Amino acid sequence: MANDPIKQFEISTIVPIEIANLDLSFTNSSLFMVATTAAVSAFLVLSTKGRGLVPGRWQAAAEMSYEFVAGMLRDAAGTQGMRFFPLVFSLFMFILFANMFGMFPYFFTVTSHIIVTFALAMLVIGTVVIYGFMKHGLGFLKLFVPEGVPGYLVPLVVVIEVISFLSRPLSLSVRLFANMLAGHITLKVFAGFVVSLSGLGFVGIVGSILPLIMTVAITALEFLVAFLQAYVFAVLTCMYLNDALHPSH
Amino acid sequence: MATTEDAAHGAAEAAAGVFPPFDSSTFASQLFWLVLTFGITYYVISKIAGPRISGILEDRHDRIASDLAEAERLKRETDEAMSNYEQALADARSRAQAVAAETRDKLTAETTAKREASEADLNSKLAEAETRIADIKAQALSQVDSIAAEAAEAILGKLAPTAPKAAAVTKAISDISKSS
Repeated sequence: MANDPIKQFEISTIVPIEIANLDLSFTNSSLFMVATTAAVSAFLVLSTKGRGLVPGRWQAAAEMSYEFVAGMLRDAAGTQGMRFFPLVFSLFMFILFANMFGMFPYFFTVTSHIIVTFALAMLVIGTVVIYGFMKHGLGFLKLFVPEGVPGYLVPLVVVIEVISFLSRPLSLSVRLFANMLAGHITLKVFAGFVVSLSGLGFVGIVGSILPLIMTVAITALEFLVAFLQAYVFAVLTCMYLNDALHPSH
Repeated sequence: MATTEDAAHGAAEAAAGVFPPFDSSTFASQLFWLVLTFGITYYVISKIAGPRISGILEDRHDRIASDLAEAERLKRETDEAMSNYEQALADARSRAQAVAAETRDKLTAETTAKREASEADLNSKLAEAETRIADIKAQALSQVDSIAAEAAEAILGKLAPTAPKAAAVTKAISDISKSS
């Protein structure tokens, strides 16, 4: 069924690989992960090859993305947070390029699978928890006890804080996953309308103008969402890392 | 799922029934490739691209700072040259004024001296002339008596039969001129 909006998320094996009874096949998803990595690396490495004092167009773009993420991290977590810069920058660039690749017709969207976004979210939360305990020891638990809360409210607040902390990896991963998934399904559904309506003759072709306009508009919106979700993921990462650096807020 | 082909087939079959993003049979592969590709991305960014871009930005920052410092230095030099020039200009002006004042004073002094000299000369000439006039006047006055005596004598000689003595006439004249 050509109009099945779910089909675009199917994973198909390209090169079957199995190690220790685990299916580690090279799939279309893997292909686009590799493409994402290759594109990010090529963009950042090749554009800065000349190390121009006056940047060219590509180098300016690479510098701009660098300074964008650096500014984001510095604002959220201070100069101490800059030690996590490679992580945040990698996350931002990887998600941004994966999302943008997804905007090409027939391309697979790596970030439309919950396992991928969840793994990235767990990487962030794992970093926060491990670094937090390493740096502050048990003092990291102060994160769950905000200052200036009346004594009788502390147990309640601690419970709420713990729940909110535990829901972070979930919200972080589901936000990205659901946005990409829903956007692509919507796009596919409206594009499907155009095809099936225009098959109905003249009236259908006239009637398909509206969904066509919608498709164009949603495509533009999806480009915005693709960037915005990468940005949101990076910003939230910065804020969570700030918790690891300064647990007593 | 004995062989990989079977596994792939099984995944595809499962995908037909299950919503693909929730199909756990593809999780292992996705995680494996994600770790690999994201790991490479992280490596490239942390070891190559990140340091290179930060180096570029730092170089530019340093260069701009040094250029600004150079500009500042040049500006300071310009200011200095400007103030030197103005100082020289002011010096020259005041010197010119001094020379002008000196010249003026000298000329005034000379003129004054000349004027005074000529005034003194004129005064002495005037005084000389006055004394000469006084002399002439005195002489004339002294001669007036004798002329008057002579005239009186002549008149008397014509009028009187006997000529009076010259000495008596002269005495009478001088009496008259004294009383008058």
